[in-house]
Amino acid sequence: MPMERILLRVAGQRDSFRVPFGFRSFFPLAIRTAACSNAAAHNAKPPWFKMETPLTFYEMLDQAGSVRSCYAEVQNWVERTGISGLNRRLEEAEAIFRRIGITFAVYGEGGDPERLIPFDLLPRIFTAQEWRVLDKGIRQRARALNAFLHDIYHRGEIIRAGIMPAEIIYQNSAYRPEMAGFSPPGKVYSHIVGIDIVRTGPDSFEVLEDNCRTPSGVSYMLENREIMTRMFPELFGQGVVAPVDDYPAELLKSLKEVAPPACKGDPVVVVLTPGALNSAYYEHSFLADLMGVELVEPADLFVDAGRVWMKTTSGPTAVDVIYRRIDDEYIDPLTFRPDSLLGVPGIFNVYRNGGVTLCSAPGSGIADDKAVYVYVPEMIRFYLGEQPILSNIKTWRCAKPDECAYVLEHLSELVAKEVHGSGGYGMLIGPKATPEEVAAYADRIRANPSEFIAQPTLDLSTVPTLGPASVVERHADFRPYCLVGKQLRLVPGGLTRVALTEGSLVVNSSQGGGVKDTWVMQD
Amino acid sequence: MLSRTAENLYWMARYMERAESTARLLTMGQRMAILPGAHHRDEWRSVVRATGAEANFPEDSHVKETDVVSYLMLDLDNPSSIRSCLAKARANGKSARTMLTQDMWEALNEGWRKLDSYDVAEARQQLPGLIDWVKTRAMTFRGAAESGQLRNEGHDFLRAGGALERAQMTLRLLDVKYYVLLPETEVVGGTRDHYQWTSVLHALSGSRAYHHVYGGAYTPWQITDFLMLNRMFPRSVAFCYDQLAYRLSRLAGWHDARASCDDTVSEMVSGLENVDSGEIFRRGLHETVQNGLMMTNRLGMEIAQAYHFG
Repeated sequence: MPMERILLRVAGQRDSFRVPFGFRSFFPLAIRTAACSNAAAHNAKPPWFKMETPLTFYEMLDQAGSVRSCYAEVQNWVERTGISGLNRRLEEAEAIFRRIGITFAVYGEGGDPERLIPFDLLPRIFTAQEWRVLDKGIRQRARALNAFLHDIYHRGEIIRAGIMPAEIIYQNSAYRPEMAGFSPPGKVYSHIVGIDIVRTGPDSFEVLEDNCRTPSGVSYMLENREIMTRMFPELFGQGVVAPVDDYPAELLKSLKEVAPPACKGDPVVVVLTPGALNSAYYEHSFLADLMGVELVEPADLFVDAGRVWMKTTSGPTAVDVIYRRIDDEYIDPLTFRPDSLLGVPGIFNVYRNGGVTLCSAPGSGIADDKAVYVYVPEMIRFYLGEQPILSNIKTWRCAKPDECAYVLEHLSELVAKEVHGSGGYGMLIGPKATPEEVAAYADRIRANPSEFIAQPTLDLSTVPTLGPASVVERHADFRPYCLVGKQLRLVPGGLTRVALTEGSLVVNSSQGGGVKDTWVMQD
Repeated sequence: MLSRTAENLYWMARYMERAESTARLLTMGQRMAILPGAHHRDEWRSVVRATGAEANFPEDSHVKETDVVSYLMLDLDNPSSIRSCLAKARANGKSARTMLTQDMWEALNEGWRKLDSYDVAEARQQLPGLIDWVKTRAMTFRGAAESGQLRNEGHDFLRAGGALERAQMTLRLLDVKYYVLLPETEVVGGTRDHYQWTSVLHALSGSRAYHHVYGGAYTPWQITDFLMLNRMFPRSVAFCYDQLAYRLSRLAGWHDARASCDDTVSEMVSGLENVDSGEIFRRGLHETVQNGLMMTNRLGMEIAQAYHFG
């Protein structure tokens, strides 16, 4: 019943329920949509849909309605090739994706268990100037989030300073008390920070959420570029697009920089995957392959004499750095979930004693919790002494009486939800709800204000997208991947996800969302 | 190399080889079933026996083509069906994705769900085409490995798996049909047995090769020589043993350590050296084949042990 799985999510909210896609908070990005009980309602435009209004920024055009210079070459290319020509090339591209096996896995739903993510041929383009801002803002956020993680697992200065309430941290299920007092190498907790960004105007970028655990999707960034350069080399001929293909090398450098004290010589890095049935398995193997490191499953690892070893044809080999794509709670049945079959018993103890480095650190997830999200701008000021470059989406916390009053007054225009809820559960889409539903929700807020937050609806930008008969406008978001080792690294690009259905704000691939190449132009 | 990866590569090659062998057996079954007296001899049963799956067919009844095609081609509950083999080869390949070239992966990935959409009636109707398709998949895979894969230990595990599986298939075919080769049956069987043997040679892709080596006549000695001892024929038992010995010696070299599998394979190779088919008949063809099956099974277990599989 896909209709029931339509994701209801606004900024900062995390989908922890099992989405068909399986990527934790990757494709299930949905900005604002409504659960519809039937197909007709689904096709109707939601009330806040404002694509026709001048408020929506179409990234291909400037305010005068002319094609922006960064899109000029793409525009020429579309005119040269023609829409039907492009659609033929799209079929070729899809055939290549399928042959290579760039699929995501969906088991137990019937149909093809390994599906393709729809790919759109038209690139999404950022100018060098735009990227300079994004680059600074992304790095700033990655630094602040890591500083925050170190702080809350040590002295908790941000709480002592009265900036964040203690209960948001210590009573949060994503907080791992086992990490308290331990400093991972380089004080880095989140080694790959994926920041989901939406654009609301020519100069406005806003952060929808942070992903500090193991953000997925970077393989699509690389493969999308690969397929574009393979099929349309003429577009890249002049070297105007910044390359992204050094991402795996940069990732490996970052991982090696956080080798544990026990490491002697060149660090042995591995990628830890739950296995070939995992929905993101393709990405795990892809990254291991491009880094030239082993892709291990939990059963390949064991703990002995204070180190982690992998079983090889020549006997045990010590492992120094583990880029793990397994959630915290499954990583060690002796420390976390005892029923985990995915874990390596004793690995956490080795980690705390400096025998191995886990990337990301267990407990990093607290930094991308949606209750914590609200405080990221304040973290930036507190830890870095800087002003935030990228803004958060405005969020009203009902825990504060004045904000609560505002929310109650404007509830029918806002998206309200439970702080600790997940997925689309327990949320209210004001513009979509009946007056009775709004009133009932208001009663719930009044009864327990601190459990709720609310956010405005946004005018998300649109990007040019290939339709069957013309180039159409579709909403999109953007996820760059910031690498954190001894230094910060950020390749100029990221993953653009696009809602392929007209008017849809849902870029989730199971809901008609797709991906496209993202270009950062060079000066 | 991770032990699991080595195991994945080894089994991937075995499954691809098995899929192809099974496809060839189905061809043999079809050829034999149209020979005079086929019904009387229950030819499809010999196909099933050659795959080691006879226990799944009632002893006292005639084995029907439909059941065999269904069981060996399509049945996912049969771990050795072609469909199972292709799926498992792909699953192994997926788990060892980083060790495969793009071409090898594509060979495994291309059309892996093709057989899902077939029912028995369609599969029977299109059997020659499907068999060719399976053989092409296996050959493309081998070709991709041959022409592109790094010659590291992973390649040796892959080739060792393929050689072991192939030796076993030739041995099983001999096991099923050895009685046709016994000298006295030549008198009894007459020309019909020649047809049987041409079918077997066809199944092993060796009928033309046989004529090149031995001229026109079929004799039990020559056929036995060809399938057991001929080092020019890439499906003969001796050829496969040589391959295994070569791959295992390379693996011992990579790891700078000898294991019991290295002794076993030496024993297997020397057992077929300085022997002619007359000697094999004196020792007993059936016993020789049985011994070969036992030794290859043992070797498989010793390889798994030496390199810490599962």
